[in-house]
Amino acid sequence: MSSNTGSETAVLKPLPDKGGKWYSLRLEYDSSRTRSPWWTPILSVILALLLCAVFIAANGMSPLVVYEKMFRGAFGTSYGFTETMVKAIPLLLCGLGIAVAYRISVWNIGAEGQLTVGAMAATAVTIYFPDLPSFWSITLMLVFGTAAGALWGLMTAVPRTHFGVNELITSLMLNYVALLALDYVVFGPWKDPKGFNFPGSPMFTAAQSLPVLGSTRLHIGLIFGLVAVLIYYLMIKFTRWGYELRLIGANPTAARYAGIHIRKHIIIVMLISGGLAGIAGMAEVSGVTHKLMQGISPGYGYTAIIVAWLAKLNPLGLIVTSVLFGGLIVGGYSVQTIGLPSSISEMLQGAILFFLIAGDMIHRFRVRRNA
Amino acid sequence: MDFTTQLLIAAISAGTPLLLATLGGILTERAGIIQLGAEGLMLMGAVTTCIVYIRSENLILALLSAVVITALLGMVHSFLCVTLRANQTMSGLAMTLFGSGLSAYLGKSISGIPLPGVSPKLDLGALKSVPVIGDIFGRMDYLTWFSLLLVLVLHLLIHHTSWGLHLRAVGDNPATADVMGIRVQLIRYSYVTAGAALIGLAGADMVLAYAPTWNEGLTAGRGWIAVGLVIFARWNPLRALFCAYFFGALDSLGFRIQLLGSVVPSYFLKMIPYVVTILVLMYLGYRNRNKPSGTPESLGTPYVREQRF
Repeated sequence: MSSNTGSETAVLKPLPDKGGKWYSLRLEYDSSRTRSPWWTPILSVILALLLCAVFIAANGMSPLVVYEKMFRGAFGTSYGFTETMVKAIPLLLCGLGIAVAYRISVWNIGAEGQLTVGAMAATAVTIYFPDLPSFWSITLMLVFGTAAGALWGLMTAVPRTHFGVNELITSLMLNYVALLALDYVVFGPWKDPKGFNFPGSPMFTAAQSLPVLGSTRLHIGLIFGLVAVLIYYLMIKFTRWGYELRLIGANPTAARYAGIHIRKHIIIVMLISGGLAGIAGMAEVSGVTHKLMQGISPGYGYTAIIVAWLAKLNPLGLIVTSVLFGGLIVGGYSVQTIGLPSSISEMLQGAILFFLIAGDMIHRFRVRRNA
Repeated sequence: MDFTTQLLIAAISAGTPLLLATLGGILTERAGIIQLGAEGLMLMGAVTTCIVYIRSENLILALLSAVVITALLGMVHSFLCVTLRANQTMSGLAMTLFGSGLSAYLGKSISGIPLPGVSPKLDLGALKSVPVIGDIFGRMDYLTWFSLLLVLVLHLLIHHTSWGLHLRAVGDNPATADVMGIRVQLIRYSYVTAGAALIGLAGADMVLAYAPTWNEGLTAGRGWIAVGLVIFARWNPLRALFCAYFFGALDSLGFRIQLLGSVVPSYFLKMIPYVVTILVLMYLGYRNRNKPSGTPESLGTPYVREQRF
């Protein structure tokens, strides 16, 4: 560096020549480039497929065969496609809940537990009020399922707002509590007396089941999900509440100075988040399994985190990604027919997430040269 | 042996994996990087140990593989969080998902096969015949002794050496550390990697001392409990020892109560550690609401050296 103050009359020596015309290249980080290009999610999926192909090949299987099997199983047949849609419903509802909470940087990773208690509450209605007419039965199940999920969300929100406990840990611990509670009721008080000792509640009657499309397993829960997404979009875009959420999301400090109660908002988003997962649980027992049993959710709550993240919290994106991941779950089931564990799909999900967060950041770096 | 001694033995055996994972978490987070991948790392450590031990029947090799594999995963986490400055929470979640998926996939072939042996116990000779003390210390295996030694080493490292000073500086105020000539990125990389390896060792300990066969998802949330324990122990190795054994005791208490023939269904007893984690964190949050919690100040914020454009 040469000083160039003008008042100095020192003779400026030329800078030593570094020789040749090699410029030094360097990486520079530009934090203003927050919008990643549209193709990053697609590329993440492709790279994740490649990475997992290595593991599959290392285990002595042909990745191409496995992936083809997965894709055909999920989207190749009309049965597979409706199954994919069936799986997309809870993903959409839970993913939407996670997206709402994440709008203000509240990490709800407890959708799994919220879904479970929602399913339990809906089942409780069938156990304790078995002879209600169809409309009342479904309505009550929906109300109870939503309320239970919302309560579970509240149990995560209050420690965060009033005791400063990180909501990640709380919501996760509550997942395990919910799953143990589920085990308790299906092995204990709600066990079907005519179920040959199988851990599960009695079958729901037709009055307690959600209507389905024709002869498929696709149930009315899809409408719940789409309506919820529409409401989310309108609320975020056109209401004061949505505006406040966007404000907190953009700049929490400014929002606090503007007199917005962040505590109140954290509680509200967790109630919504839990409630939506509760609806997903109710729809799952009432629309798909028609009984409460172990393993009611093959990890919907965790997959939904990626769904929300991949969709960048965008309503339309949520619909697309939940169908995609529904397909991934169904594809995971279909590789079981060739003797592979369905955990392949979980592995893929983790890998997709890795590449996604890497891709979000990588384009912020630019190669610059020091002339 | 009376009930208390038995409980203490059980607490130590159940607490050791928690302790190792908590120490790993402390190392990682002291450097300012959040580690939420503990569950996935523990599972990967456990499954690697099982596979290598069953195939090679060599315990040392199995432990080494577990450490190496999880250290590599730790490097992935540090690459994402340190070099790319990605979202640390998300990276940890990805680690947990990927780890549980991959471990289930890899473990499919050895599921339910018993391991060729357990972790060997350190023979203390004459000490064994001493009541209580002999009962407790006479049945501890090498990994447990190692974890105790590690508590001491890490305590001295963090609080009484210049390396520890550098580590704390990087976790609290990386910009200042950088100005002082400490290599922030290098320190973060090393500690995140070492921490991940320790968490992997915790997974190995789970299968060697606790559940001598591989089952899908056998850690059952212990990785997450360890994440809570890091906060509970206020990023301090000595406290981590007591916290981990306390939770180990809770873990085994449910099991003991069952043996005594209690009326409470076992499912509720199994909930104890999870519920207590939440309650303890709430209590700590309430008690320390106006006090510093001991969190490394720059935990979770990536460090960017200023640059010209």
